[in-house]
Parts: sequence; structure tokens; C-alpha cells
Amino acid sequence: MSQPVASEVAVVVSGVHKVFNVDSADEVTALSDIDLTIGAGEFVSLIGPSGCGKSTLLRLIGDLLTPSVGEVTVFGKPAHAARLDQDYGMVFQHAGLFDWRRVAANIELPLELRGWSRVDRAARSAEMLELVRLPEFGGHYPRQLSGGMQQRVSIARALSFQPKLLLMDEPFGALDEMTREHMQLELLRIWRETGTTVVFVTHSVSESTFLSSRVVVLSARPGRIHSIVDVDLGDRTDDTREDPAFFAKATEVREALRGRGGAR
Amino acid sequence: MIRNRLTGLGPPMVVGVAGLGLWEGIVWGFGIREFLLPRPSSIMDRLSENWPMLRQAGWETGRIAVSGLVAGIVAGVLLALVTTRFRTLNEGLTPLAVAVNATPIVALAPIFNAWFGITGTLSNQAVVVAIVFFPVFINTARGLTEVHPDELELMRSYAAGEWTILREVRIPNALPFFANALRVVAPLSVIAAIVAEYFGGPQNRIGNIITSSAAFARYDVAWAAIAVASAVGLGLFAAALLLERVSMPWRLVDGGSENHNTPGREK
Ligand SMILES: Nc1ncnc2c1ncn2[C@@H]1O[C@H](COP(=O)(O)OP(=O)(O)OP(=O)(O)O)[C@@H](O)[C@H]1O
Ligand SMILES: [Mg+2]
Repeated sequence: MSQPVASEVAVVVSGVHKVFNVDSADEVTALSDIDLTIGAGEFVSLIGPSGCGKSTLLRLIGDLLTPSVGEVTVFGKPAHAARLDQDYGMVFQHAGLFDWRRVAANIELPLELRGWSRVDRAARSAEMLELVRLPEFGGHYPRQLSGGMQQRVSIARALSFQPKLLLMDEPFGALDEMTREHMQLELLRIWRETGTTVVFVTHSVSESTFLSSRVVVLSARPGRIHSIVDVDLGDRTDDTREDPAFFAKATEVREALRGRGGAR
Repeated sequence: MIRNRLTGLGPPMVVGVAGLGLWEGIVWGFGIREFLLPRPSSIMDRLSENWPMLRQAGWETGRIAVSGLVAGIVAGVLLALVTTRFRTLNEGLTPLAVAVNATPIVALAPIFNAWFGITGTLSNQAVVVAIVFFPVFINTARGLTEVHPDELELMRSYAAGEWTILREVRIPNALPFFANALRVVAPLSVIAAIVAEYFGGPQNRIGNIITSSAAFARYDVAWAAIAVASAVGLGLFAAALLLERVSMPWRLVDGGSENHNTPGREK
């Protein structure tokens, strides 16, 4: 459970509880006792059974929800201030593209809101479309794309303005194996090149092990941090996927997931 | 797409022409008297005989309908925008508007005559405005407020303000709702204008040509006036469809993923 050495800290979640529908019949404690510090430049995965509060934790970091108890700081500021400063980019569990904007215009939306010029926007969205392997789809409308393609567009949208913090909620869930592996390597490349911090929600043990420097294993009802697995596999390549050290780590994560506190 | 549209016009044309033929045949075959139900061919004769008068009347009634339509749309959209901004206003006003919309507003026509004068066009226009306003307001307000929470969350993650959310999300989201309302109110505005004209307003409009022809048992002339009114209503309906097409190009493309909260797209 090593915490990152003093260097810059990206996210601090301290003593957070999140209760939905307080004082009503369907009150749910989604998260309890969450303490988590994420260093700048880290790649952290959140893994846990469905309904354990992964999306909720991500939303708390993004100030799309406020904690019932406790506080969240992002880059030394309250999460609220960080949101207003547009310090993070978020990929939601559902692609959430705007029907009325063409694919390129969807990717350019955050740039537009930041006042980028048309030329710069067009250049960046073309670059992003290349990155997510959809170069010829900029002029299409989202409804003309498959679910996995839409999800890739939403990833491109989140990456377009190179945020210091990337919050990703099962971004590769809808992708086929080949595309998923490609996107994983691309994401790691971007992460290395830009030094961005990534908080990545996933259901997949191997995905979390392959991508992250730390895997946070959550347990359900109420959602708590069961354990944190450090993963030190060096620079990942496609060969890493067949590395015995990788399998050993994946097994460790899987064991943690199965450990007491796991749902059901 | 365009070709689909045109071939799509084929079947209704065939059925329409066949229907007119049947009508002609039945009136002729059963010897139905012309004042009960004139044959389409005699309606056409009256139409061409009285063409200058009917054309003028269609034009004037059309003007009432269109001016009331535009005013009602502007008022409905503006109020929808205002209520979206102030949630409590929206929650108070929308159920009320839905209730009023369910009442027979045309019944107000004689009262509007007392309010706005019986000789001018104002009271007729007021009837059209009152009819058009409610569906436009109700639908547009729904489209502006029934935005998917994910889309609002995304905009919040960009620290977008209410104004930006209105421009980037609410208004485009409301367009299909507005278009549905427009399809209803465009032809409705002609009906409203004619019914209003039954009760007063200047002479030589479609409405009073129908009433006076009927009073003199000139049903064939009344039918000719109805034909003109139908043409005006169809024209407005076609204009509404055209507007819908040009304003929402993304709905024209073929695609599997129908959006979550937008009203059904006609095929
Ligand atoms: N807006 C909300 N209102 C009420 N309850 C909520 C809300 N959002 C989440 N919850 C509840 O909080 C718990 C955690 O939900 P959350 O979406 O964070 O789970 P998750 O780990 O992301 O699950 P999944 O892997 O299925 O996406 C669930 O029990 C859910 O019912
Ligand atoms: Mg989730």
C-alpha cells in the first residue's frame, strides 16, 4: 500500500462517504471510508464488482457528485475548483456523444468551449481521429457509428485538450479484443508522453494489471477499498501480456477481488 | 433520400386520385343531389369560375393563419426559454398549459371579437395565436428540459455555464420536439383562422365565403372554398416538414442508434 513519494499529488480522497437518497426508503451507501492518494503522473485503476461504487468515486473526483462526508482535492484544490479550471477530462461509461454534432465536431466541443480557433480545432480533431483509428469518420453523425466506435470518439474527445487528469469509466468496455489492445497501448503511450494522471475504472483484471501502476480493489455494499495492489512491470508492450510476472500480478489482483468483502 | 421521398409520394397520390374517382362515381351512380355532396368535377368548375375571389380569400385567410402562426410560435418558444431558466416557473406553468391546451380554445372566437373588434383581422389572428401557442410552448419546454443527465454531466465537466448548456445542448435537443409541434400547428392555424372567420372579421375570407355560400345553398361554392383552404393547410404542413429537414440534418442519416429522449422520427 505504498503512497507515492512526496512529489506532486494529483488526487486526494480523504474520509469520503457517499450516501444516495439520504433519509428515504431507498437510501444507499455507495461508498464508505474511502482514503486514496494518487500522485501526479500515476496510472491508477479502480476495479470491483458491479455496483461497488467505481463510477461514483470517479464522479466524486470530478466534482460531478459531492461527498456526504469527507473531502476530495485535485491538484491541491478542492475538486470543485479543479472542475471549474477544467483540470480533467472524463470518459463516461456511456459514450454520450451529441447526436446533432458530427463526429469531428463532437471531439472539438471542449476545444470550442476553450475558445480554440477553427483551424486549430480541425487539426486536433483530425489528429485524435487518427489516434482512435477512425480517420475517415469525422464527417459522420454519431448515429452512423457502432457503439464501440462511438466510445472511441468519446475517448478522443476527452484526450483532445490534453487534460492533466483523465477520469475514464470503463472506456474500452464496448470494444473488440484487437481494438481494445490497441487502445490500451495508445493510452499508455499518451500517458507516458504527456505525463497525465489517469484514473481508470474497469471490470477486467488483466486490463487493470496491464495498464496501471496501482490497482485499487473495491469491495461492495458498502463500497470500500479492499486493498491496493502495486504493479511494477516496467514499460508495457504486447509482450507484457505473455510475461509470467504479468500473470503473477493479475493473479494477485484476482485474489484480492475474490477476497472477503467481495460482493455476493 | 430525395428519391425515397418522391417515390413515397406515389402511393398516396394514387389513392387520392382513386378516392376522387370513387367519390365522383358514387355521387353520379347513386344520384346524390349536388347540394348534399357535389361531385369533385363540379367543385373544380366552381373553383375556376370563382377563382379570382377564392384566390384572394385564400390569400387573406392564409395571411391570418401565417401571421398568427408566427406570433404563436415566437411567443411559445420565448416562454419555453424563460421557463427553462426558472425551474419553479416551469413546474407551475407547464401543467397549467397542458390543461388549457386540452380545452376547446376556438370556442373563444366570439369572445375575442368583443375584445379585439369584430371588423378587423386582429381577433381572428388572436384565435390562431391562442391555438398555436400552447402546443409549441408545451413541446418546446419539454425538449429544453428533458435532456439526458449524462449530457448535462459532460457539460458540467467542462465547467459550462447555463447559457452554454442552453445553446449547445438544450436547444438542439428541443428541435425535434419543436418540429413535432410545428407539424401539428401549421395546418391547425388554417383551421383556427377559418373557424374564427365564421364568427366575424372582414368579408371575403374563406371562413365567411363558406358560411354565406352555405346560407344560400351554394354548397358547391362552399366546397370550392374548402378545397382552397385545404391547399393552404397542406402548403403550410409541407413548409413545416421542409423546415424540419433542413434544420436537423442529423436525423436524415440512416443509423441504428435511435436517441434516448427524442420523439420518434418519421420514416
Ligand atoms: N444517482 C444515484 N442515485 C442513487 N443511487 C445511486 C446513484 N448513482 C449510483 N447509485 C448507487 O450507488 C451504488 C454504486 O453505483 P456505481 O454506479 O458507482 O457502481 P459501479 O461500481 O460503477 O458499477 P458498474 O460496474 O456496474 O458500473 C449502486 O448501488 C447504485 O445503485
Ligand atoms: Mg459504473
